[in-house]
Amino acid sequence: MNGYDITIGLEVHAQLLTESKIFCGCRARTVQEPNTNTCPVCMGMPGTLPVLNRKAVDYGIRLGLATGCRIAKKSIFARKNYFYPDLPKGYQITQHLTPLCAGGTLDIETASGAKSIRIMRIHMEEDAGKTIHGDREPYSYVDYNRSGVPLLEIVSMPDITSSEEAAVYLRETRKILMFLEICDGNMEEGSFRCDANISVKPAGSREYGIRTEIKNMNSFKNVQKALDFEVRRHIGILRSGGSIVQETRLWDAAAGATMSMRSKEESHDYRYFPEPDLVPVEVGEDWIEKIREDLPELPAHLRRRFQSQFGLPAYDAGVLTGSKALARYFEECVKLLDAPKEISNWIMTEVLHVINEQGIDISSFPISPERLTEMIGLVRQGVISVHIAKEVFSEMTSTGKSASEIVHEKNITQISDEEQIRGLAKTIVEANPDEAAKYRAGKTGLLGFFVGKLMSATEGKANPKLAGRIVKETLEQ
Amino acid sequence: MKITQDEVLHAARLARLKLGLAEVEKFQNELDSILEYMDMLSKVETGDIEPMSRSFHVTNVFREDEAVRSQDRAEALLNAPCHKDGVVVVPKVIE
Amino acid sequence: MEDRILQTARSYRRFDRSPVAEIEALIRTIRQDKTNSFITIDEEGALRDAAAAEKMLAHSDDPLVGVPIAVKDNICTRGLATTCASKILAGFVPTYDATAVKRLKERGAVIIGKTNLDEFAMGSTTATSSIGPTLNPWDLSKTPGGSSGGSGAAVAAGLCAGALGSDTGGSIRMPASFCGITGLKPTYGAVSRFGLVAFASSLDQIGPMAVSARDTAVLFDALKGHDPLDSTSAQREYPQMGLEALDLKGVRIGIPEEFFSEGLDPDVERSVFFGISTLENLGAEIQQIKLPHVRYGVAVYYIIATAEASSNLARYDGVRYGARDTDAKDLLDMYLETRSKGFNDEVKRRIMLGTYVLSAGYYDAYYKKASQVRSLIARDFEEAFAQCDLIAGPTTPVTAFGIHDMVDDPLRIYLLDIYTIPANLAGLPAISFPCGFGAEGLPVGMQLIAPHFREDLLLGAGIAFQEWTKFHRVKP
Ligand SMILES: [Mg+2]
Ligand SMILES: [Zn+2]
Repeated sequence: MNGYDITIGLEVHAQLLTESKIFCGCRARTVQEPNTNTCPVCMGMPGTLPVLNRKAVDYGIRLGLATGCRIAKKSIFARKNYFYPDLPKGYQITQHLTPLCAGGTLDIETASGAKSIRIMRIHMEEDAGKTIHGDREPYSYVDYNRSGVPLLEIVSMPDITSSEEAAVYLRETRKILMFLEICDGNMEEGSFRCDANISVKPAGSREYGIRTEIKNMNSFKNVQKALDFEVRRHIGILRSGGSIVQETRLWDAAAGATMSMRSKEESHDYRYFPEPDLVPVEVGEDWIEKIREDLPELPAHLRRRFQSQFGLPAYDAGVLTGSKALARYFEECVKLLDAPKEISNWIMTEVLHVINEQGIDISSFPISPERLTEMIGLVRQGVISVHIAKEVFSEMTSTGKSASEIVHEKNITQISDEEQIRGLAKTIVEANPDEAAKYRAGKTGLLGFFVGKLMSATEGKANPKLAGRIVKETLEQ
Repeated sequence: MKITQDEVLHAARLARLKLGLAEVEKFQNELDSILEYMDMLSKVETGDIEPMSRSFHVTNVFREDEAVRSQDRAEALLNAPCHKDGVVVVPKVIE
Repeated sequence: MEDRILQTARSYRRFDRSPVAEIEALIRTIRQDKTNSFITIDEEGALRDAAAAEKMLAHSDDPLVGVPIAVKDNICTRGLATTCASKILAGFVPTYDATAVKRLKERGAVIIGKTNLDEFAMGSTTATSSIGPTLNPWDLSKTPGGSSGGSGAAVAAGLCAGALGSDTGGSIRMPASFCGITGLKPTYGAVSRFGLVAFASSLDQIGPMAVSARDTAVLFDALKGHDPLDSTSAQREYPQMGLEALDLKGVRIGIPEEFFSEGLDPDVERSVFFGISTLENLGAEIQQIKLPHVRYGVAVYYIIATAEASSNLARYDGVRYGARDTDAKDLLDMYLETRSKGFNDEVKRRIMLGTYVLSAGYYDAYYKKASQVRSLIARDFEEAFAQCDLIAGPTTPVTAFGIHDMVDDPLRIYLLDIYTIPANLAGLPAISFPCGFGAEGLPVGMQLIAPHFREDLLLGAGIAFQEWTKFHRVKP
């Protein structure tokens, strides 16, 4: 960008959808009432010990396989030592030298084309509690409900070169986690979080610039904004001959700027060492194969398949694979009615419109694939027009009735009877002799006038294609 | 000296221990003689011998993913020096 | 007295005495005692459990029913203060029992109280306890050894029938030796660490202390076995511990020359050789062996143990439990004041050392190097046990010394653990039992080390030894 190369590495923390926490039996789901979801283990009480949740490892392997990582044959946990009130033991149990997964890739598609982002590592660790800082009072408040919730940390290689790419990478990562059903991807509630490392160097220079770390970006928009801000800040400093300070900065969404965290006196010296309270995790081929067998089809593959199998444009395939449930909905529909593009059109416009408007998920969308395809079938058979179908669709959404029920009750079946339409056309042409004469004299643009009259005479029920042809024939007789 | 005063202060900061001037010196001297003793290890040929961080060779000890009832909040906060409305209260965190 | 636990069990069943009467009498004795063995006496809980035990006696022949046991105060007891002899844990009452305590209670044992120790089990004298040192019942001017000195003194003084200690570098065996009793450090993983306040997690083990090897076996039998709450607890089936003497005929006992090195008190050496010849008279085959790397044990230990301790003791921050300095103006200040006032110098020294050896730039030179040498020490034992069944030597280089001696020389104190540390580093079981008396009439202990999970050999050999000797029967 403007003579500078941007290098971005992302660290994603994904909370896992296990039943229980990573090292104790407390529930892993966040609970509202503070400190009601704890036990002596996740409160770091003296003498308590961690025991690893097998499912957390399963989920880690699942993500590792989905991103083409090598799964470590043997990985161990380490302690990362630092003090903070929401870190009950004074150390976080994480993985350091031996992550569970390493060396994968994640394919993204941006406006400028497809790109592979390398994944350096994916490791397991425990989440900390939450500290709330008082506004006026000189106190902070700590809730340990979240302490010990299992996390996967996903670290990318510095392959991302723009804030757009960063946002696409994050969306794709989130989508994969959700397809794998191991994370709910909720960014606002913090079950999907992201920190970024960013550096800027003169274009073509071989050495990386000094990097800064940005935290506290809790939406895709904020990630992009924060990175854009930071790029401008770095370039500004470099242009004026200054140098970047390696530090951690917080994104302040309200101010639209990153702020330096008053740098702690000490450098980060986490004194990692092997966690003596846990034993190594050994993952054999059979374990990996078992997980691989259960692996669902992933978004990138699904996108390609929707294009090749159903002949859909790339755009449609992208939208329809936005979530696993949406893709499933589409496939259900196609199974019932072989009209992929029409189904795609209906889903991308009407269905997604309702879902977005009502803020619901496809799983709670009231029109089942059976009912949607039944309605599209009525359009194809010419029973109702597309125009009427939209009304029927909205009626279906609000009443839960089927399309044929609505069509029957409201008597809105399309008129496709040629004789009936011909009769009406004749009457209308006769009733408007002046316009008919002008048409016949060459003012063919008046055809729409006659068709419109016919449509309003039938309350829109006449088959529009048929109506057009018959009116034309009548006029030209 | 094997350990400098700055290193003593650095360790103290990391460990959240406050040392007076006299203590810094005292710890420096004591740690120095201990570290001197530990120097004997540098004479041991260790090559690429696997470091031993536990005294047994067990792997793969797991819990099954089953949630159990958490303790009551009163129990969780029973030993807390200061809590209010269900949260643990600490002096303000100043970064 | 030969076996205190077994005799108490017999006296209950002969109706010579009831558990409640036994506990009442004992608590009166403890209150008058001068050894400062106890931090907390649980009169109410003990009497309640004794009353329950009286009902249990009718339908149980378990030798632990109603038997008074003392628990080192770094082992958590539900509803009963657990202080680790530290100001920083003032007021802390666990809401859970350590698995070891739970198992004793399930067997009907009565926990009478919590015994004194060096703060966080870091020491060899109990001098660093926040309630002051425990005194050795054999000579009140002497230390009982540490860190399980309270348990050692309480057993020796007859203030309980048996006790739990914890052993990270010799903390059960040293006080057993200084107090003339029997103490067992089990194989790492044989007894659950859940509820044991961690000092050095890869070395810590809870173990039994009692007047005789037979009593020790009764306690170990209750403690051992897998616990799902401790990932490092071994998943293995143990046979029930026999209370019979091991037939020593043909048992090969290795004597490492490194255990008879410079610094070993001649009185101790003489008694230990007497002990070894007793074993030989019982049929054992004595042979010289070599453990070439054990001389590095103390250096390795004080790197690994302090590194782990610096991390294990980070949780004492005044936030969720224990003492907090309330004048602090911000969080950092609260951490600094709480921890600086809450820990004594020995604990601080170890936290500092452990922090330093793990810190950036020093990890490889210290922590990694020590962990490699630890491998070599473990390998030495593996090779030794290919040639012999047990290893014998002194427990400590000296007998109990004056309570105020050596407190200002940490390194000299650390070197007292020179013979006990290697078993912890290799995770091996080891026992100490009395084998004589030194010049001042103070007990001398000898140590036997066995291969992993062969506590049966140690206890069986101890029982055999004590069937032929009287040292364990001599009372202070
Ligand atoms: Mg992390
Ligand atoms: Zn918990």
